[in-house]
Amino acid sequence: MYETSDIRKGLKITMDGYPWEVVDFQFVKPGKGTAFTRVRVKNLKTGQALDRTFKTGEKLEECDLEEHVGQYMYSDGENYFFMNQESYEQISIPASVLGDSALFLTENMECTILVFEGVPMNVALKTFLEAEIVYTEPGMKGDTATGGSKPAKISTGAEVQVPLFINQGDWIKVDTRDGSYVERVKK
Amino acid sequence: MSDHVRFFDGKPSLFQNIPVRARCLALLREFFTARGFIEVETPIVCTSPGVETHLAAMPVSCMNRTMYLTTSPEFHMKRLISVGFDRVFQVTRAFRDGERGERHNPEFTMVEWYRRDCDYGAIMDDSQELLRHVAMGIGGRLEFPGIEGVRGPISLENDFRRVTMVQAFAELGLPSPFGMTLEERDQVAVDHLDFHLGRHEPEFLIEYPADQASLARKKPEDPRVAERFELYCGGLELENGFSELADADEYLERCRIDLAERARLGLPQYPIDERYVSMLRDGMPVCAGTALGFDRLVMLACGARTIRDVIAFPWDQA
Repeated sequence: MYETSDIRKGLKITMDGYPWEVVDFQFVKPGKGTAFTRVRVKNLKTGQALDRTFKTGEKLEECDLEEHVGQYMYSDGENYFFMNQESYEQISIPASVLGDSALFLTENMECTILVFEGVPMNVALKTFLEAEIVYTEPGMKGDTATGGSKPAKISTGAEVQVPLFINQGDWIKVDTRDGSYVERVKK
Repeated sequence: MSDHVRFFDGKPSLFQNIPVRARCLALLREFFTARGFIEVETPIVCTSPGVETHLAAMPVSCMNRTMYLTTSPEFHMKRLISVGFDRVFQVTRAFRDGERGERHNPEFTMVEWYRRDCDYGAIMDDSQELLRHVAMGIGGRLEFPGIEGVRGPISLENDFRRVTMVQAFAELGLPSPFGMTLEERDQVAVDHLDFHLGRHEPEFLIEYPADQASLARKKPEDPRVAERFELYCGGLELENGFSELADADEYLERCRIDLAERARLGLPQYPIDERYVSMLRDGMPVCAGTALGFDRLVMLACGARTIRDVIAFPWDQA
C-alpha cells in the first residue's frame, strides 16, 4: 500500500481493477479543512485519463505491473509468440491483446510487453517500422506536392494510406501507434 | 554556476513577478491607510497556534518553553479590536506545516484586517474594493490577467456574487450540505467547488453549516449556518472571513470538539489561548475580519500558475 505522501509522477497504482500511472498531482486543502492530493492518472490499458482526489491518510493500492522486452517469433493465428529477452522464456499473447497492431509485427521485432497481475496486458511495438509496399495502384507521375492519398498494403500485412507518388516496391516508414505514413525511405 | 544563482536562472518569471509583488504590497497599504485602518504587528512566536483540527503548527523553543510560529494573527488582532481599535490591518508571515504545493508554501504571507461594529458583509465589501484597487494599480484595468492553457482573465467589473453553500451545492446538482459530514463537504470543495466558483469573476461562498463555523458566529436569524465566507478567484481560495464569534463558552466548546477530534486522529494537542478566552469573557465588541493569502493575490496580479512563481525563496530553497 502507498500513502498519499508517496504520490509522485510516474507512480503506478491499481484502482478499479486497472493499472494507472500518476501523470500529475497537486496538494489541495479547502480553507481550514482536510488536506487532499488531487491526482491525474492515466489508465495503462485503455489510455483514459481521469482526476481523483485522495484524502491525506488514505491508502493507495500498489500495482503488480512488469515490463518485459520480447522479441516477436511467430503466430499461429490465435496467439502471438514472443521470446522474453531476459529470461528467454516464451510469452504467448492472444490476438485480442494485440488488436490491429499485430498487422505491423515483423519477425525479430523487439516489443515492450506490459504484464499486469501476471497477464499480458499491452504490447508496445517499436514506434517506427520500415516496410516494403507489396501492393498499391500506380500513382500519377510528378504528383508530389498536391494532397490526396491511396491505400497501400505493406509487407507485414497492414494497409496504410500513402501519398499518390508511392509505388509498389517502395519502402516507407510507418508509425505503428496509429498506422500513419511518415516518409519514403531509400533501400 | 553556483547554487545560489541556479534557482533564479531557472525561474526568469521571478524577475518580473517580484517587482509586481512589491507593488501589490504598496497598493494594499495605500488602500487600508486611506480607509482609516491602522497597520499593526502581532507576535510570530505565540503560546497557542489555535486548536483547529487541520492545522499543523511549527513548535519553537523560546525561553525554555515550547511556543509556536503563528498560523494566523487572528487572536491578537481581535484583542487589539477589543482594547479599542476601530479598524486594524496587518501583513505578516504565517506558518502551517505540511502544506506545500502549487498554491501552498508552509511559510506564507497573510493579510488580515478587522472592523468593529459590523458583520462580514462589510468585510466582503472591503475585499471587493481591495481587489479592484490592486488590479487597477498593476494593470490599469478591472481585471486579473489570464494564464495560457489554465484559465481566462478574471473580470472585476461586477459586484462579486455572494452564494450560500446551500445554493452552490444545488447549482452543482448535489444534495444539501447539511446532510453531509465535514469530510464529505471537504471532498465536494476539492472535487467541485474549486472548479465551479470564481472561474471568470470572483465569488464569495457564504453561510457555512454551523459545524464548519470555525471562529465565525452563527447567523442570528438562522443558527443552522455561520457567518463565514471564502473568496474564490481564478481557481484559488483567496480569503476566509467571519463575523467574529464573541461568546466565550461557545468558543471553548468548539475548542473542545477540535481537540477531541485531534486526539482521535492522533494529532498533537495545542494549548488554548487563555488570554483570548479571558478577552472574550470581558466582552469582545461586535466585529468582523478576514485573512487573505497575499502570495495568491500576487499570483492573480501576475497571472502566475504556481506560488513558486511569486516567492523568491520557497521553503525548499530557504
